[in-house]
Amino acid sequence: MLPAHAPGVYTGAANVIAVLILLAEFGMFRQALLRDQVRLYAAQSALIAVLAVLVGAVRHLPELYVLAAVTVALKAVAIPLLLRRLLRETDPDYLLDTGHDIAGSGGLGLASTVLIGIVVAAFGFFSAGVLPVSGGGAPATALSVSLSVVLVAFVLMIHRRDVASQAIGLFSLENGISLAALVVAASLPLILEVALLFDLLLAVVVFGLLIRLHHGRADTLSTADLTSLRG
Amino acid sequence: MNVVVLMLLAVPLAAAVVTIWLPSHAAGAVTAAAGIASFGLVLALIPAVSHRDIDVLGFIRVDALSVVFLLATGFLYACVAVYSIGYLRSGGEAGARDRGYARLFWAGLNFFAWSMLIAPAMGNLALLWIAIEVTTIVSALLVAIEGTDGAAEAAWKYVLLASAGLAIALLGTIFIYYAGAHVLGQSYNLAFAPLLGVAAKLPPTVVRLAFVLAVLGFGTKVGLFPVHTWLPDAHSEAPTPVSALLSGSLLAVSFYAILRFYQVASAALGSGFPRDVLLVFGVASLLLAALYLLDQQDYKRLLAYSSVEHMGILAIGVSFGAPIALAGVLLHVLAHAAAKGNAFMGAGVLVRKFGTKRILSVSGGLDLLPWSGPMFLAAILALSAMPPFGIFRSEFEIVTGGLAASHNAVAAVLVVLVTVAFFGMSVAANRMLLTPRREPAADRGEPSVWMVVPVVAGLAALLVLGLHPPGELVGLLDRAVNALRGTA
Repeated sequence: MLPAHAPGVYTGAANVIAVLILLAEFGMFRQALLRDQVRLYAAQSALIAVLAVLVGAVRHLPELYVLAAVTVALKAVAIPLLLRRLLRETDPDYLLDTGHDIAGSGGLGLASTVLIGIVVAAFGFFSAGVLPVSGGGAPATALSVSLSVVLVAFVLMIHRRDVASQAIGLFSLENGISLAALVVAASLPLILEVALLFDLLLAVVVFGLLIRLHHGRADTLSTADLTSLRG
Repeated sequence: MNVVVLMLLAVPLAAAVVTIWLPSHAAGAVTAAAGIASFGLVLALIPAVSHRDIDVLGFIRVDALSVVFLLATGFLYACVAVYSIGYLRSGGEAGARDRGYARLFWAGLNFFAWSMLIAPAMGNLALLWIAIEVTTIVSALLVAIEGTDGAAEAAWKYVLLASAGLAIALLGTIFIYYAGAHVLGQSYNLAFAPLLGVAAKLPPTVVRLAFVLAVLGFGTKVGLFPVHTWLPDAHSEAPTPVSALLSGSLLAVSFYAILRFYQVASAALGSGFPRDVLLVFGVASLLLAALYLLDQQDYKRLLAYSSVEHMGILAIGVSFGAPIALAGVLLHVLAHAAAKGNAFMGAGVLVRKFGTKRILSVSGGLDLLPWSGPMFLAAILALSAMPPFGIFRSEFEIVTGGLAASHNAVAAVLVVLVTVAFFGMSVAANRMLLTPRREPAADRGEPSVWMVVPVVAGLAALLVLGLHPPGELVGLLDRAVNALRGTA
């Protein structure tokens, strides 16, 4: 899968970072505390920025440095701060009202869910192999990993039964797409990348408003009561 | 003409900013003026795009296909703006709620219309994606605006599912960038026109993947099965003017994004694969919606499932591929906007009159509402593709196109399912409008004249589209069809 002419250190480093991003995604499964999930999200975003710097340096794409800076400012600092402020407002101890909500209620236990996560991650990893991708960005293996991140983020969103975790799952899904973009669209004009990031910020603000509304109505972050609309 | 385009994009935005600061009455007047002005500006664009596409500032590109969708949005924006004046005034204590509600409502409505007007005008797929994401964010707030438990639940499901769907669409957009950069070089910026120009040289596997991701992702916002699940909730819990915009215009604008990917995909892959994908999604959506329409308790949800039905018809129509089917699809976008706008606006009158969304709790609508009753009935009949309304013509063209392209089985399935849907809708309408009222008779009369006038306009539009579409419009649709078929 590795292109034969690729510089070994660069490919190895980029792949290690991509795998760390995937591990951060899996880490979110087992974090019972929302605060830790936000930390993991911030760390994951920072890893994206590191990878952007690496790709920018090796592939001579200086605008990726700017992208990395904006990524750190928005995704590793501003959005986590917003999320933590929100969690402080909705719950003084950062904890959910009932501990079991967050540790994975629903039909499946944590172990089974992680197992499903591993299966979809493997599926995403190998399904990217059919793509004839050898871009001007990060190595192609990172694309496979990014599809794994996206799919695992979906499992996380489905598994979790509280609005805050679902939102963080969605934002980490976006991180997976950022990773894919670094592989196949590294030279996407900076202005568009930055517009996408500010769009994300806007989405975070609206998610925050809706989480607050939900908390105001239901006095919990759990989605267990969101069952009245059906049919 | 560049000025017209820029004004079209500036007027709703200016209205949105101004209405934040204005008291409710003035904000309503400003919104209505902005809506009508926007519709007028779109009308002015029709002759302009009949000769050439309009390019402004490098990232705005308006062609005939864009104008079709701008027309649907502009028309509904004007109708809903006028209607909302009556909707807020007739709300009793609920409508005269704190000024914060009215302010948020008017500003949100204008922002929402603005986001839907910029999306079809974007000449760049990344900006198109951003505009559609903005429509999600703004409309999620509008869905939540009532602040009830139901609204909070619907808004959460909507924003989460639609954002997740759009994330998939973003992945598709990134892959299409990769395909484009493969041919056009690293300085490519996702502009649409150059991509279409080199479509034949794009790597097919990547385009195929991008198209499927785009259909699934934008399809979430269109309301295609199986990613439609947010739609009935959001449509039923949003304030009714917002429901009308969601259904008539937001779904169509998202479908516009799919059509852009369809253009690229069918130029790159041949039309077989993209049509098959749309066919599967379309038939599944139509089937699901027709069955759900048979047993609905809530008339706003009924109309929401009818939207799923009509979006399924759009997808099927594109999958037929024959020119007359494509012309039918584009006419369907316009007629569905007018009909569904009318139906939701009529439903809003029913909500105000009877104070409930339950079908079984409404009766005698035709007696109590001298104008809205018959017009709601007309809207239901129009949605069921009864002549002489526009949807009859458009669905007739789609079925004709299906038969012409030898998709006989699918065309037959379409007719059967549309009939099933008609059955479900007409039973509900019969229950609400024609059953005599048992309870002591409420006052006969309309809640507000402002809630009648736009529906009359919508009815007129439906009749015009059904009986004799103006020549300029037919020319516009022809040009848009040529763009879709890649023969422009």
